[in-house]
Amino acid sequence: MTSAQVNAQADQRPRSAWSVTWRTALRQPRTRVGLILSGFVIALALFGPLISGVDPNSFVGAPFIGPSGQAVLGTDFLGQDVLQRVLHGGFTLLWMSVAATLIGVLVGLAVGMVAGYSRRFVDGSLMWLMDVILAFPQIVLAIVFVSMLGPLPWLIVLVVALTHIPRVARLTRSLTAECVQQEYIEAAEAIATPKSRILVREVLPNLATPLAVETTIRLAWSIAIIAALSFVGFGVQPPSPDWGLMINENRTGLVVQPWSVLAPAFLVAMLAVGVSLIGDGLARAVAGVDERVGQ
Amino acid sequence: MTDAGPALSDSSTANEDAVEGSPRRRVIPWWVWRIGGGILTLVAVSILIFFATQVLPGDAAKSILGRDATPEKLEALRAQLGLNRPALEQYLDWARNLLTGDFGLSLVNGRPVEELFLPRAVNTLALALCAIAIALPISILLGSLSASRRDGPLDQGIAVTSLTFNALPEFVIGLGLVVIFSTGLMRILPAVSIFPPEESAFSNPTALVLPALALVLAISPYLIRLVRASLIDALDSEYVLTARLRGVRERRIIVHHALRNSMVPVVQGTAVLLAYLAGGIVVIEYVFRFPGLGGLLLEAVSARDLPLIQVTALFLAAVYVVVNLVADLLVVRLTPRLRGVGV
Repeated sequence: MTSAQVNAQADQRPRSAWSVTWRTALRQPRTRVGLILSGFVIALALFGPLISGVDPNSFVGAPFIGPSGQAVLGTDFLGQDVLQRVLHGGFTLLWMSVAATLIGVLVGLAVGMVAGYSRRFVDGSLMWLMDVILAFPQIVLAIVFVSMLGPLPWLIVLVVALTHIPRVARLTRSLTAECVQQEYIEAAEAIATPKSRILVREVLPNLATPLAVETTIRLAWSIAIIAALSFVGFGVQPPSPDWGLMINENRTGLVVQPWSVLAPAFLVAMLAVGVSLIGDGLARAVAGVDERVGQ
Repeated sequence: MTDAGPALSDSSTANEDAVEGSPRRRVIPWWVWRIGGGILTLVAVSILIFFATQVLPGDAAKSILGRDATPEKLEALRAQLGLNRPALEQYLDWARNLLTGDFGLSLVNGRPVEELFLPRAVNTLALALCAIAIALPISILLGSLSASRRDGPLDQGIAVTSLTFNALPEFVIGLGLVVIFSTGLMRILPAVSIFPPEESAFSNPTALVLPALALVLAISPYLIRLVRASLIDALDSEYVLTARLRGVRERRIIVHHALRNSMVPVVQGTAVLLAYLAGGIVVIEYVFRFPGLGGLLLEAVSARDLPLIQVTALFLAAVYVVVNLVADLLVVRLTPRLRGVGV
């Protein structure tokens, strides 16, 4: 074997565990359905503003008029074009959910790894702190912080991230605690490798796959919470177009002009369900459920 | 949307602590530690709420009255809420008042907070109990059907359906029910559950139906999965194998042997759900304009009614801590193996 081949193999090794998981997950119909659902909504949210090219706040007719040639999905409670607002209304939900998830997972990962690799006192107090945050129903914690400070986008992102931290930390802690009992960690400790180096170089790669699954599931929760927050009025403020907000604004016209509510509601539902289906597919692939069913 | 998974492991750590039985813990029974820990958590929860609502905003009086408030009004409100004192002093004062039963006055109408709070709490309790009373038997039935036909088409169908409902945000479920039962399709139930908060929810049964149904759809997926998983564990056990070898009928095995033993996780799960309901109910009550605690919290926030926000949020979080504590103690009582260990 030439050295180039050896190198190529070494390059592939860390990636292969993940690609096996991904391929196993893709073999399940639910993962594929999830990819299609969420892919469609994400594309719409990202490229919608570009396709539209129109000001979503302009008035095109009387309030709550059904679909017509001028406004394909009809008008909303103020007489704005529902389709244009749908095209513009997903981007905020998307970036806020992704940002909240990434921050929550990264901080939770750090807390969990330190707790799992520490002596009793640090471990105990970190996890107790996590329990305190867990005591709040996720949406109540978000509302408490937004109540007096106002619905600022970065605040909502941080608070939703905060609600993810204890959940990710618990998972990471148990995985880390399991991992540090392995012999190669003992070997690394025996040659006085710094703790931080052991955590990053030896432990972290082992967490990658379960953490990817957890991130997907967390993303689904972020989407649901942030959409719910803007539905109850603590997210994006009018007149900005936003799916959660649109659902609430147009509720009074549900009977007359159902599209103004149903269009954004369907999109939120498709996104949340789609991401969660991918997460479930990945989780089953990691657990090896698929192989048992397939055989 | 039920995100209650991690709390389950909470109860098991208590049991591990019990089994571990370090010398210190052997002197003091583990449940004393558990209750003490719960109280400590409650204190921390109250500090967090106080910090987020009264310290972090800098000048709470300004955020309550808005930008155009006159200096005299601001000064008067600061004096009323005692905002001029150091934060620690404010917190200790607030905590002492809460402990002595003085919950403060609403800033909106000057009525005592508990007067607004209690009737709403009763309504929310009624809603939560209805939802659990319906969801529990349905979930046990569907969960056992799933487990006994493992990986068959019925199991797969139930799994995908419950996965979908689990992922749907509560307000989407609520709206879906409104579309189906109160608008164009069928107009048989009221779209909103408006009734005077002083009246009991039980005297307005039609107002309870849709919100309760929405909660059932939101919490059942979690319960079904829980029942299925713990029943499968039980069905794989040796005593079930023995019963099968003795020729006991499968239905009898499930109902009389396996299901009973798989109830412990379900007790924990129900506790987790009660706690989850404290949050999920906020959105559902808003969808149906149901006069409960969740609606009260949202109204208090839009009016920036500081004392009301603090008390309501503290109560909703306290439910979680207390329910989890009770579930922990109950699980140990229900599990003969754990009884007496570490005591």
